[in-house]
Amino acid sequence: MADNTFMLEIVTPERILFKDEVDFMVAPAVDGEIGVMRNHAPLVAALKIGVLRYKDGKGAEKKVAVSGGFMEIIDNTGRILAETAEPGEHVDVLRAKASKERAERRLAQRDETINHIRAEQSLKRAIARIRAAGAD
Amino acid sequence: MAGAGTREYKRRIRSVKNTQQITKAMKMVSAAKLRRAQEAAEASRPYTETLQGTLARLAGVAYDVKHPLLEKREDVRKIGYVVITADRGLCGGYNSNLIKATSSAIEEDDRKLETGMVAVGRKARDFYRKRGGLDAEFINLGDKISYADAREIGQYIMNAYENEELDEVYVVYARFINVLRQVPTVVKLLPIETPTAEQTEGQHVIDYIYEPSAEEILLTLLPRYVGSLIYNAMLEGKASEHGARMTAMGNATENAGEIIDNLTLAMNKARQAAITDEILDIVGGAEALNKGGK
Repeated sequence: MADNTFMLEIVTPERILFKDEVDFMVAPAVDGEIGVMRNHAPLVAALKIGVLRYKDGKGAEKKVAVSGGFMEIIDNTGRILAETAEPGEHVDVLRAKASKERAERRLAQRDETINHIRAEQSLKRAIARIRAAGAD
Repeated sequence: MAGAGTREYKRRIRSVKNTQQITKAMKMVSAAKLRRAQEAAEASRPYTETLQGTLARLAGVAYDVKHPLLEKREDVRKIGYVVITADRGLCGGYNSNLIKATSSAIEEDDRKLETGMVAVGRKARDFYRKRGGLDAEFINLGDKISYADAREIGQYIMNAYENEELDEVYVVYARFINVLRQVPTVVKLLPIETPTAEQTEGQHVIDYIYEPSAEEILLTLLPRYVGSLIYNAMLEGKASEHGARMTAMGNATENAGEIIDNLTLAMNKARQAAITDEILDIVGGAEALNKGGK
């Protein structure tokens, strides 16, 4: 392991999305973003729907849209557990934009039959995916 | 003529051979799908294990936290059963064993309360629709189990629990031991019994920073824990289904082979008997001619 890197694992119920050494990571915690570098203190943090950023060994910054999860850091291993995680380069921007508009329309309707929490969540997810793709 | 008797045998052998080809193909398809199901179960393990480990630690720290999903109810009126079966048959006793296990779980409960069935898979749906007491159904989920489906089922039962439509919820699924053995298993889902931290705590007690707080993280993890329990039960069930189908189809292929052997033997005997008859006829005729010649 290089001097200034730590292990980052992004785990979803269906698979391990990413597992490699990174220099730096910023995770969307519920009370604001948390930046993590090597030798971070043991930490468990709840995450909100948002964009996770990390700098891989080659210095390239990557973005991943994550939703519903938490992160745990111990012994220079950061593990992100998320219900869904999608790398920015895999995001279908057109679809994400379409679902953003759909969610916005729903929220604007003020209809009793619409589940506002769900619409808000899907809006947040769509925005996170668009941002992860760098298309905002 | 000789052909008349054996033609019927030939027809039947051909028919059994066709069936055998189908069962053989189904067996091979199930073997491939079983492998895929096992890989999916393997791939879900890191998530489940981390989630359980963290939950156990959190439960140790935030032991006095209150959440409706954790609270045991004094007045239990209705019990929910999530029964995970296959959508299709032709897998031996797989589906009926699960339904039987559910029935005996209900029977063994001395409280004799009302039950609500949540059917996952068409076979469970069909059964409980006929028997009555079907609360919800999730069918045609396909061979590739998605976490989104498990989450939706979890959402349904958590809603029903929080609205006090259900006061306790169990999941019934087939635990995969090996291709020959799948054990119907009943596991309590709600109220949540958090995994205990006994194993992890003994080794090392680490002082974690909790952001925002252990209680709040615990509360956000609880619904996810239910989702992952259901997801794992569905993955196990899928592997078991394919294992059971593989065994059933293997047996069917073998049985078909036996039937073909028996029919072939019977056909040969019939043909032999017909030939013997003909020879006797010819010999008898020749002898009669010889006698006539003298």
